[in-house]
Amino acid sequence: MSLLAVEDLAIHFGGVKAVDGVSFEVEAGEVFAIIGPNGAGKSTIFNLISRLYEPTRGRIHFDGADITALKAHQIAPLGIARTFQNIELFDHSTVLDNLLMGRHIHRRTNFVQDILFLPKVRREEREHRRRVEEVIAFLELEHYRGKHIAGLPYGVRKVVEIGRALALGPKLILLDEPASGLSVEESQDVAFWIEDMRRDMGLTVLMVEHDMGLVTQVSDRVLAVANGRPLALGTAAEVQADPEVQAAYLGTGDAA
Amino acid sequence: MVREARGLVRAKNCMEIFQLLIGGLANGCIYGLVALGFVLIYKASEGVNFAQGDMMMLGAFVALGLGNSDQLGLPFGIAVIVAMVLMFGIGWGIERVVVRRIFGQPQFALVILTIALGFVLRFAAGSIWGYSPLVLETPFAGMNFRVGGVVIGMADILAIVVTLILTLGLWAFFAFTRIGLAAQAASQNQMAAYIVGVPVMRINALIWGLSGTVATVAGVLYAAKGAIDPNIGLLGIKAFAAAVIGGLGSLPGALLGGLLIGVVEPIAARYAPGELAQMSPYIIMLIVLVTRPGGLFAQIQAKKV
Repeated sequence: MSLLAVEDLAIHFGGVKAVDGVSFEVEAGEVFAIIGPNGAGKSTIFNLISRLYEPTRGRIHFDGADITALKAHQIAPLGIARTFQNIELFDHSTVLDNLLMGRHIHRRTNFVQDILFLPKVRREEREHRRRVEEVIAFLELEHYRGKHIAGLPYGVRKVVEIGRALALGPKLILLDEPASGLSVEESQDVAFWIEDMRRDMGLTVLMVEHDMGLVTQVSDRVLAVANGRPLALGTAAEVQADPEVQAAYLGTGDAA
Repeated sequence: MVREARGLVRAKNCMEIFQLLIGGLANGCIYGLVALGFVLIYKASEGVNFAQGDMMMLGAFVALGLGNSDQLGLPFGIAVIVAMVLMFGIGWGIERVVVRRIFGQPQFALVILTIALGFVLRFAAGSIWGYSPLVLETPFAGMNFRVGGVVIGMADILAIVVTLILTLGLWAFFAFTRIGLAAQAASQNQMAAYIVGVPVMRINALIWGLSGTVATVAGVLYAAKGAIDPNIGLLGIKAFAAAVIGGLGSLPGALLGGLLIGVVEPIAARYAPGELAQMSPYIIMLIVLVTRPGGLFAQIQAKKV
């Protein structure tokens, strides 16, 4: 059974059909990419899965359970983490605190225990810190640990956001344009990290990406969307060869 | 003889300043507590709650209604605690019923909404307790200490001690507890808070409740120093100046802003021409805004290029 199943998903903003009947399934351990021209509805699909948007129709299943009716804050505990196209971090906090916030759902101590800083709290803190340090080592963020987000370069902030998602210890990670705005070297790092996430951490990766080089390099399957509707599904090469996809990108014909 | 007299005058002046300082600090603590309420709401709802002063007023009246002998007549300590709990409920309810509905609207909407809310609270208190001044009965009414030639009221000492404890408690709450950290996260970035699993709306309601409780403490401390009527909430404007001086996003800044205003006010009243004392909070606010636009404890530092 697939880890994530999206069935006939649609959201209409007034008369605009941002997403209109998208279905796909992501298998556990797979790297699945969604591509499409700007405004195709890719990030909207992410926001629907994150439950930040309310779908007009359709269902979303994760790990065998229907998550369509859940609230946004109930998604992370299931094991779904994500990044945003425009980077949503806690800007007035340090890199370390941002990553530790990713451990929020795993904090088990209560108010009184926290205030008294009981041994149990300390034990838990050490465990969270250890997990976060693993992420820091994986993404090579050692140098930035104590820095505030607001002063960091774009590329680093992008990596910190991936780090926070990993700190959650998710089963599925949604990456919204992980390579946009990055240099060639930085994009290459992202490609390696995605491969490591799948291979070493056993993660399932769902990403939205424009960089076809990255998509081709890391993804098992690719879904192309345009104007909120699915165009083609298959390997990167198959999807790129699809005439409808080519038309949507080049603006020739009336594929939409 | 002359020298002795001059020395006596100097000692008297010194004591007078000390006396003003104590009273000013106690008042400043109350401003500071109301300012803390402004900061809490600003952090939770990214807007200003102009009903904060009126919540202080209502908190004081609820405590009076529960505790005074001609009303419910509960023991003072119990009356205050019950009032704190009730006002938590009212703050929480205001978020749930009213504020949540304008979520996502421009900040201006919250400003107008809370100004209106202030009127409603004032009217509610007026129709229950009337508009003539009432006195909250406290076990320490009229208790004074004499230190040297300075008279220190028990109410002043309590205002200072309680404010310090409450501020420390709030600081520990936000710095160390799971909920407090979640609240900080939500105040910095709601979207990011959601996706790490923080129930942002629930946290906001909690913060509104907390600000109702803090307002009640401020109200009781205020009422312990004199009579109250439904219009004392206008003190909130001064407390707002205190919050702005402190940087609007900073709890210690709010307290410091309150203390600054509290201390300057009586000293200006004593040594400067009449109207200046009334203007002094706003003059300080203007000076701070001109020299440090982000407030004394600015959260957002200008980026050095």
